[in-house]
Amino acid sequence: MSQDTTVVESHDEGHPTAGLYFKIAMILSAVTAIEVGIFYLEWLGHWIIPVLFVLSAGKFAVVAMYYMHLKFDHRLFSYMFVGGFVLATAVIFALMFLFQALI
Amino acid sequence: MAQEHTAPVHGEHEETYTGLNHRKMLMWAFLGSDCMFFGSLIATYLVYKGKSLSGAMPMDVFDIPVTSVSTFVLLMSSMSMVLAYAALTRGNIKAFRIWMVSTAIMGATFIGFQVYEFSSFANYHVHFECAEIAEDIAQDKHVKPGDEHFFNKECLDENGVVKNDHHVDADYGLKPQTNLFGTTFFTLTGFHGAHVTLGVVWLLSIFFLSFKRGVVTPEKNLDVDLAALYWHFVDVVWIVIFTVVYLFGVFPGY
Repeated sequence: MSQDTTVVESHDEGHPTAGLYFKIAMILSAVTAIEVGIFYLEWLGHWIIPVLFVLSAGKFAVVAMYYMHLKFDHRLFSYMFVGGFVLATAVIFALMFLFQALI
Repeated sequence: MAQEHTAPVHGEHEETYTGLNHRKMLMWAFLGSDCMFFGSLIATYLVYKGKSLSGAMPMDVFDIPVTSVSTFVLLMSSMSMVLAYAALTRGNIKAFRIWMVSTAIMGATFIGFQVYEFSSFANYHVHFECAEIAEDIAQDKHVKPGDEHFFNKECLDENGVVKNDHHVDADYGLKPQTNLFGTTFFTLTGFHGAHVTLGVVWLLSIFFLSFKRGVVTPEKNLDVDLAALYWHFVDVVWIVIFTVVYLFGVFPGY
């Protein structure tokens, strides 16, 4: 194992408590249950896609901000991760557009 | 504020140009590049979606309730991982070990679900009475693509009349070589499963090393921090896969 260290005290400053981590987990579970529930609502029709997309993006953001500590860590880490994510999203839409799979 | 989180303890670590730990920086660079890796796999899946000419389709094989449970297990493992890290930084090694091994167990459970899922897809079997499917079609109910395929093939006589006393019992397994859906689906979810497997091995390594004096301590928590980042990453990737591949995949209009 490495000798690298981090300052222990700093993790207590502004970082969520165990209680908040638990609440976030409950919220994530509830959103997943809502996603599955919505999936069975046939009357939503094609609206199901943007609704599921928004819920999924919300879950992604919450995990990245709180569990991965991006909300509390140095912004350079956020830029590195979000940069990769934005490129990945651009690749997905570009390929779908090129292969006419977007519509 | 933020720089403090990765600031080194005096005398134990060299200064860096950015003031940030290089290993943590490398991990974020890796996660950013892994985003692009999974992005290309998801793009390939979406580009080829609905282009399979034969074989089982998502509507035939996906079992959303089962996948929802495995998604829940992975989400809970992310919570236990963050609690393990929090316990370590508080100096509670015993709680750290409990949460750490819980995370690894939940990760292994997720892999178990995936193995079950892959195996059930490969051994998928179509079984129905021709009269039942004929009734569903007459009532304009949605019929699975596989059922419809075998209905048209085996339930209709040469005049197109339904053989009511006939039933279908056929293998219709989905494997990587079956069709475009199988190839792109197994590649995407297989690589994710490989990431989770690697994560379980990593977490268990740290768990066992924590019994060695002075290896995992509240002051030396970067190794756990990096493993936690990796673990949460596989969780966020699954959040995307679950929605885009599974929920969108079974939705008839998409």
